[in-house]
Amino acid sequence: MNGLLNVIRRLGAMVVEGVWRIGFAARFFMLLLRHSGQSLMRIHLTVREIYFSGVLSLLIIVVSGLFVGMVLGLQGYETLQRYGSGDALGVLVSLSLTRELGPVVAGLLFASRAGLAVTAEIGLMKTTEQLDAMDMMAVNPIARVVAPRFWGGVISMPLLAALFSAMGVFGGWLIGVVFIGVDDGAFWSQMQAAVDFRFDIMNGVLKSFVFGATVALIAVFEGYDCTPTAEGLSRAITRTVVTSALAILALDFVLTSLMFRGQS
Amino acid sequence: MVSETDNLLVSVKDVRFAYGEREILRGIDLKVPRGKVVAIMGGSGCGKTTLLRLIGGQLRATGGTVEVAGRNVASLTTSELYEMRRRMGMLFQFGALFTDMSVFDNVAFPLREHTELPFGLIRDMVLMKLNAVGLRGAADLMPAELSGGMARRVALARAIALDPMLIMYDEPFAGLDPISLGVIGQLIRKLNDALGATTIMVTHDIMESLQIVDYIYFISEGRVVAEGTPDELRASQDPWVYQFIHAEADGPVPFHYPAAALDESLIGGRGA
Repeated sequence: MNGLLNVIRRLGAMVVEGVWRIGFAARFFMLLLRHSGQSLMRIHLTVREIYFSGVLSLLIIVVSGLFVGMVLGLQGYETLQRYGSGDALGVLVSLSLTRELGPVVAGLLFASRAGLAVTAEIGLMKTTEQLDAMDMMAVNPIARVVAPRFWGGVISMPLLAALFSAMGVFGGWLIGVVFIGVDDGAFWSQMQAAVDFRFDIMNGVLKSFVFGATVALIAVFEGYDCTPTAEGLSRAITRTVVTSALAILALDFVLTSLMFRGQS
Repeated sequence: MVSETDNLLVSVKDVRFAYGEREILRGIDLKVPRGKVVAIMGGSGCGKTTLLRLIGGQLRATGGTVEVAGRNVASLTTSELYEMRRRMGMLFQFGALFTDMSVFDNVAFPLREHTELPFGLIRDMVLMKLNAVGLRGAADLMPAELSGGMARRVALARAIALDPMLIMYDEPFAGLDPISLGVIGQLIRKLNDALGATTIMVTHDIMESLQIVDYIYFISEGRVVAEGTPDELRASQDPWVYQFIHAEADGPVPFHYPAAALDESLIGGRGA
């Protein structure tokens, strides 16, 4: 009986803790938005974070995009040619990338490369009292440290996802056209005819924007809210990667079901 | 005894503070006159740092009042609090330098954030502050390249960048070698007098403090247990002060953390 009560008690405590954290995150987000104007006025702070979150993620995004596209080219051709539709490879590669793989895989990579770095940096600043020192110098850490990193992530992510998709298409073309011998004209013309700017490209961009904002918010929040110890920081970093990945996949389902309703 | 007639900069009256259920401060009273160097001393975990954070407005007291320059810190709005903090400098225990900025940029940080001064003027001011702490030559180094004592001095230069009226130090001597310790101690005194500032120093380094401060408050278990000038405390027969000054392991501050009797713990532990 006591064991059962303990389980219920622990479950209750976890729910209360979870709700409390969501509430705190919501308040934190409101504060972040309130101080964003002040932060964006000093655009060089955000530009610097675009460099750290975006430019320094270029390598992993470009290489991953290329390989994902190449695998899509191989697998896609193998399946399509069974039905005599090998020429439609360009359509398969481009739609897979712009609608799904571009935003989702780029989002996951972004979370594990840039999101993790942001959490670690803010968390370490908190652990070493740098945020407190800033606050005592009458400089708001949310405006000076958090908001530029958030907006840096929001701006970088759609650009990285677009680049990921472009590299993927190039990878698919490389395998399909250059190595396997799919007709070059058919590859590009079918792609051009099938990919819709509004429904495919713009929805993909919108998804990557939402994923970028989600990952950036999770990353800055986990860093700011971490327990200021080595163990607390390590937990915060783990939470950033896990929560971001789950949030991206769940949001992807929700957005896809909203965006592509009645299509196809 | 600091009297009410002294020109007080900081006045703490019956302040209480608790982290959740854990009571840290239980009715603290202390006064800091302008221009003086005041030390707050006590064992680890007695609430000294909490007291500094209450004075700086980073924490709010659960009871009593903290006044700085005649204003109740708890009643200030965020912008008023930030306005007040611009006239405060705080040195954190391990310096809290911004690790992604050079020594120069660290000291320039408050100047760049709060003033519109041209680059040349900021450069001169930063170099003057660094010169005051003897580290003008280290302006281009990164914090990771500094020793503990040097990092503390850079943080001190940053804390005085805006010529504050109040400088607060959180354990300025922790982890320093004897030479660095003496240097920091002398700097604290000299900078206070040169800037016409007021200093509150939280520390447990009794020997260094007795040499440089004007007045000392001893805190234990959330209360002021003794106070006085260095000479008064050296002559004091108060058991608490005696234990602290002579670094005795047991006394009014117990060696053992409160627990059941040893026999009971051992037998009880075996039986469980």
